Amino acid sequence: MSHILIAAGGAPNPLLPHSAEIVVGFIAFGLLYFVMLKKVVPMFEKAFKARTEAIQGGIERAEKAQAEAADALVQYKEQLSKAQSESQALREDARVQGAAIVEELRAKAQEEAARITAAAHASIEAERQQAVTSLRNEVGALAVELASKIVGEALDDQARQSRIVDRFLEDLEKSK
Amino acid sequence: MRSMFSFRAEGGEFIPPSSKDFVLPPIFGDNEFTTKPIFLVIFSVIIISIFFIAASRKASIVPSKLQFAGESVYAYVRNDLGKDIIGHEFMRFVPYLFTLFVFILTNNIFGIVPLIQFPTMSRISFAYVLGIITFAVFHYVGIRHHGIFKYLKDILFMPGVPKPVYILLTPIEIATYLIVRPLTISLRLFANMFAGHLLLMIFILGGHHLLEGAIGLKLVSPFAFAFGIAITFFEFLVQCLQAYIFTLLTALYIGGALADEH
Repeated sequence: MSHILIAAGGAPNPLLPHSAEIVVGFIAFGLLYFVMLKKVVPMFEKAFKARTEAIQGGIERAEKAQAEAADALVQYKEQLSKAQSESQALREDARVQGAAIVEELRAKAQEEAARITAAAHASIEAERQQAVTSLRNEVGALAVELASKIVGEALDDQARQSRIVDRFLEDLEKSK
Repeated sequence: MRSMFSFRAEGGEFIPPSSKDFVLPPIFGDNEFTTKPIFLVIFSVIIISIFFIAASRKASIVPSKLQFAGESVYAYVRNDLGKDIIGHEFMRFVPYLFTLFVFILTNNIFGIVPLIQFPTMSRISFAYVLGIITFAVFHYVGIRHHGIFKYLKDILFMPGVPKPVYILLTPIEIATYLIVRPLTISLRLFANMFAGHLLLMIFILGGHHLLEGAIGLKLVSPFAFAFGIAITFFEFLVQCLQAYIFTLLTALYIGGALADEH
């Protein structure tokens, strides 16, 4: 080898390999490759994967939260409009009911008034009738007594007596 | 090391750095496994492993500063060099691409790290090792994906080409897949690191030599040093770029082997 190793001018040919370096080169590179393959690359890949998942998970969570918020908004709007229409219905109902109650009360009051009026009329009529009856009896007795005193004639006969009274009353009514 | 003594030994005459300066003697006796480049490669494996194990050990959703630093490099290789180029099957090749990138990057940057200051990849053996592995990986992947017959047929007779063109194209394709690709990918890395280190040595050692010369030369030497520093920054760019290019080409070759149409 030595005649190749020494090129012109005595300088060694730098393009020729050196066996010890070749051996060490393979072993050293092989060892380093093994370390990278078993220790370094898997750990970095694990971190990359975890990072990707964390970012993706974050985005998914945010999207989910947004969707939930949108759902809640729709729901609240629905509930609000439902509540509004319900309260509208309730107010309408209350108004109708109130009117009905007033109407009913008025009718009841009128009826009561009518009843009271009727009762008053009836009682007045009864009293008047009573008064008429009692007056007729008393006026009859008084008149008979007066007449008998004036005429001096005893009107014992019952029939005649009542006839006289009736005639007297008729006259009395006619003269009214 | 040798050059530091060699340029003085001639009694003031400057001996430019050469490929000799890349042949470092064993540190312990004659054992050729104890050279500086070999120690640097082993050292790089140790520090890369420690850094990335520490960065990924407690990998969590919210990264620590250390995790963020390691993860940025990893994510860059994984997404920009793996996913975007290889396509949906990229994950199988991420450990390889990532190892390649950080291994080459670290060993390249050794070239400008104070006290270390030797780019390991300027020793072509290491560049060959990586080139051979990439060569083996992309052919293996292609054969596994298409079956050996179809894979070879696609290489030898590129589909969609008029038949007479094969006379020209088939030898070129064979050369491309079997020789050019593994060789150029290794040589590109090696040559960049080799040339860069040579350039740095020229300016730094030259500046040093000027400093020891006459008064007029002493005045010029700061410019040489300043240029050396500028080249150092430039080298940093080249070192990163070469790590990127090697990994990118590997990803492209793998992607090509997996593609259904060549």
